[in-house]
Amino acid sequence: MSVIQVQNLNKSYNNLQALTEISFELHKGEIFGIIGPDGAGKSTLFNILATLLAPDSGDVSILGMDLNRDYKKIRKEIGYLPGTFSLYPDLTVLENLKFFAAMYQSGIRENLTMIMPIWRQLIPFKNRLVGKLSGGMKQKLALCCALIHKPHILLLDEPTTGVDPVSRREFWDLLAQIKSYGISVLVSTPYMDEVTRCDRIALLEKGRFIVIDTPPQIIKDYKGKLYALKTTQLFYLLELLDQYEENCSFYPYGEYLHISFYQDVEQAVIRFRDFLNQNQINYNSFQEITPILEDCFIELIKKNRDVHH
Amino acid sequence: MYTIEVHNLTKRFGSFTAVNNISFQVKRGEIFGFLGANGAGKTTAMKMMCGLLLPTSGTARIAGYDLKTESKQIKKEIGYMSQRFSLYDDLTIKENMTLFGTIYKVPKQELNERIEGHLTELNLMKHKDQLVSSIPLGWKQKLAFSTALLHHPKIVFLDEPTSGVDPIVRREFWSLIYKAAAQGVTIFITTHYMDEASYCERISIMAEGDLKLIGTPTELKIQMGVNTIDELFTHFVNR
Repeated sequence: MSVIQVQNLNKSYNNLQALTEISFELHKGEIFGIIGPDGAGKSTLFNILATLLAPDSGDVSILGMDLNRDYKKIRKEIGYLPGTFSLYPDLTVLENLKFFAAMYQSGIRENLTMIMPIWRQLIPFKNRLVGKLSGGMKQKLALCCALIHKPHILLLDEPTTGVDPVSRREFWDLLAQIKSYGISVLVSTPYMDEVTRCDRIALLEKGRFIVIDTPPQIIKDYKGKLYALKTTQLFYLLELLDQYEENCSFYPYGEYLHISFYQDVEQAVIRFRDFLNQNQINYNSFQEITPILEDCFIELIKKNRDVHH
Repeated sequence: MYTIEVHNLTKRFGSFTAVNNISFQVKRGEIFGFLGANGAGKTTAMKMMCGLLLPTSGTARIAGYDLKTESKQIKKEIGYMSQRFSLYDDLTIKENMTLFGTIYKVPKQELNERIEGHLTELNLMKHKDQLVSSIPLGWKQKLAFSTALLHHPKIVFLDEPTSGVDPIVRREFWSLIYKAAAQGVTIFITTHYMDEASYCERISIMAEGDLKLIGTPTELKIQMGVNTIDELFTHFVNR
């Protein structure tokens, strides 16, 4: 069963095509991640689904209601955390929560159990002005405020951007809990490591979805044979590789060079080892590895750019 | 030779200690990663190093100048870019670079040559008259970095320069960082991407105002008995 159905959605601003032929479904109780760089169209999509922006064309149905006709009813059923900071910095933590509950004509007490795992962490700061909270704390409060009316669908536009890795992990733990209440979550992020925690992912690139699938399937569909090389001369090697004529794709990944071969892999690997030796590159290890999602996205984005250039 | 020397730097706001007695040095041409959780005191420390905020106590020499008495000279010797503010949207690429170059008093006869040098390197010469509002974020961030280098600063402070850019551009950005460092520019960078921490020659981790740890990524992992920078980070930041 799907709670959001989007078909052939298009949106442009003057001459700029922000979204092109977007189609997808959000299933009940799933966490659906939208990943893409700034400017890919993520916020435009969220604004449309939150009924704040009208699409140029396409069909959008949310909980069986039509976006254009029933937008007022839809608003009561969704919780929306916009990409730009949405709380009032000059109100306290508790005042913000009360304000959002009042706006949705919802009581705090009856829904407190649901937000408790998050709210518990905020209680020591409940009388602090929101402007004085750290980034991670602000986002937790924003999540409470988006949940306080017990929505069926939660729309989270980059809830963890600029938040440190530990707070980000805590935030995703909370999303898993929210999911267990049967709430469906649509969440966007620029961080590749986070999307492994989604049930399904869509990769948004210049206003188009270039893939929609589960994380394991995306990894399975990786086209190349991926190798990792550990060297202390990483950036020197990258410069050398600019002149390397082989059908391969390479990029740094932490302390490693990731290199993917596409044709005649065995021979290509031998030629690559020769190349390393000829250029006297010292390396500790060089072996085939299973790609992670970031490798897959890099491959997909590169392929997509080659097609469109 | 050190371009950044920080001694017992402390900043208090009322009863709250944002930066607590931190000391470290950064060498010329080094890429130094400044890591820490939100609210750990990184921004406050960076503001002091850029001469924008006076310390409560402690001293620092930045590019050879004293933090307390020579902050004007410091500002001339450093470059700065952040994700939040980089370039003016309603100016063209070339106008932005000319503006910043002029503010930093790059000699007129050299400015044009330097700008064109950077634009050629970035493959953006043919876009030089385009408004910055119309260009992709990835270009913007690379341009902002080049712009921060126009006046040949000794140190560039980069505050989350790669937030929100795609994984390919993120890596292209790091190639630019390496080129600048190879030419002797000291790079002082904050990031929330842990794989990027591995690209730094040395990193430090701040938590609750303290500088908890400093060293090369490999050293620190061995010292703390962990396999990844991510684990290292989690260890110090876990509350």
